[in-house]
Amino acid sequence: MTAVLESRGLGKRYRQRQALADCTLSVPAGHVVGLVGPNGAGKTTLLNLATGLLAPTTGTIEILGGVPAASPAQLARVGFVAQDAPTYAGLSVADHLRLGAHMNPGWDAAVARGRIDRLGLDYAQRAGKLSGGQRAQLALTLAIAKRPELLILDEPIASLDPLARREFLQSLMEFTAGGGVSVIMSSHLMADLERVCDYLIVLVASRVRLAGEVEDLLATHHLLTGPRRDPASWPAGWQIISVSHTDRQTTLLVRTASPIDDPAWAVEEVGLEDLALAYMSHAPDPAPGSAPALEVQR
Amino acid sequence: MIWLTWRQFRAQAIVVAGALAVIAVALAVTGAHLAHLYDSSGVAACQARGDCGTVASTFMNEVKANLTDKSLYQASAVLLSVVPVLIGVFWGAPLITREIEAGTFRLAWNQSVTRTRWLAVKLGLIGLAAMATAGLLSLMIGWWASPVDHALALPQGRNGLGDINRFTPLLFGARGITPIGYAAFAFALGVTLGVFIRRTVPAMAATLAVFTAALVTMAFWVRPHLITPLRAVSPFSAAGLNQMTTGSAPGSPMTVTDSVHVPAGAWVLANQTITPAGHVFSGPAPQVCFTGTTQACTAYVGRLHLRQLVTYQPASRYWAFQGYETAIFLALALALAGACFWWVRRRRLA
Repeated sequence: MTAVLESRGLGKRYRQRQALADCTLSVPAGHVVGLVGPNGAGKTTLLNLATGLLAPTTGTIEILGGVPAASPAQLARVGFVAQDAPTYAGLSVADHLRLGAHMNPGWDAAVARGRIDRLGLDYAQRAGKLSGGQRAQLALTLAIAKRPELLILDEPIASLDPLARREFLQSLMEFTAGGGVSVIMSSHLMADLERVCDYLIVLVASRVRLAGEVEDLLATHHLLTGPRRDPASWPAGWQIISVSHTDRQTTLLVRTASPIDDPAWAVEEVGLEDLALAYMSHAPDPAPGSAPALEVQR
Repeated sequence: MIWLTWRQFRAQAIVVAGALAVIAVALAVTGAHLAHLYDSSGVAACQARGDCGTVASTFMNEVKANLTDKSLYQASAVLLSVVPVLIGVFWGAPLITREIEAGTFRLAWNQSVTRTRWLAVKLGLIGLAAMATAGLLSLMIGWWASPVDHALALPQGRNGLGDINRFTPLLFGARGITPIGYAAFAFALGVTLGVFIRRTVPAMAATLAVFTAALVTMAFWVRPHLITPLRAVSPFSAAGLNQMTTGSAPGSPMTVTDSVHVPAGAWVLANQTITPAGHVFSGPAPQVCFTGTTQACTAYVGRLHLRQLVTYQPASRYWAFQGYETAIFLALALALAGACFWWVRRRRLA
């Protein structure tokens, strides 16, 4: 199966700033991908490259095996809800559906009307008068009703209140429930991503720090607590993500494929949020197994 | 894409269509009166009778006396001059900046329509609407003003509306097909400046400034040279002397100007008085022009064997000038549209 997103050495440079560097990813189809990272890490840049709104400065990116936005057929395969869910303020909800029907050969009018009815939106209402949550839902409706194979969402829920956020995520899960579709969504709300994502990409300082299926990531990361020891005695296969010491104790977040069999360590499973936060708050390792650049004294 | 373009443009299109309809009715009502005046004046057949001087003069005086006709003639020329720039400022500049400012281009560019097509439809449809608006207006106003324009082209017809003919910059740009070229250029200019400035209000101001500068450049520095002008040399007739300037004392610089002797309706670019040696006459002013009679001064000028050199474009070139000018502005519009396509392909937006 073709990867939904395949990038090699992808980079984007604005005049002064490197927004994304050396991004090599291969995201298999059929996942709900969470893209997380601190503000300014390059999430929006990566998604704009994926939708073809931006052209890369270096490297290549392919979406569903094709160059983003290269042809009407390629555009039809990808649905996109941009940051802040832009809609035409002067056009009504019904006009937006007409827009979708006119501009997308694969338009599913029944899906669109069904969603608008369920959401209780007024067809005659101008988009400019909708609430933020309703506007996001309208934008999502447009993106879903064109029946894309891949749905890309840029911070779709950041500005929504908790109720609207839950409704939005529910809509998203209904969309994926049919199967055969993939979603890539960026957010800095880890708790929400944790509920819907089964693939995680962590971007830090314009670079990919972590990418993988959530199940694998959780199975290979362990939170260890044990007596303070010389780091040289830690097994060679360990990738230390974060480390903190007290006078007698050491707490480690370790990535390793092999089981932890040393009884000196108390092993805890780590949650997705803590895992992502650990990657985001610690500078990258120079090499696997070596000591982290930043140590936290507790 | 056509649907979306039309839906976004609908309100403006209806306003403009309504305005055109109102103008059409106003011109039809007053135009009938003007046409009647023209028919009864006998200007149409004056050349056969040889009394053009009298009848054209009478007709123009009647037009001048009618406040509606006189003000409509001037207002319609002004209207046709500002319509292209209004199109550039209000249709062109906001066309894409509005989408950039609201972020809606990201919605439009992610439907199953390439952005090249998106731009092509926007530029094509609204560009055609701009040209149609200017063309219709020019057609209506040209019909309404044709009696006056016709009388103006006669040798004695200028009486009443000043020294103007249809080559006069304001009138040249407000007749025939030039408004179509201007409208296309102004629209493309507005879109292009909008694309590169990215903000609506500064783009509108820039469109106004650049369009005005382009038109002034064309009217005063380019248009006179589009076709090599004709030169007419005739003996200077002191009897026809219509202007003389001197310094304050004998020996100071002096200029004399004869009435122009070129075919009716010509566009006079320069009227120079030259000496037998071929230089432009500049004096010196003789004693007799300060102390003697006017006749003596005129007689002195008559003895200098001056010649009059008129550089002009004959009236028969009017439509060639219209064609060249329209073609130039249409070509500029196409080049600007090309710049927009280049930009949209470069994806410099997001």
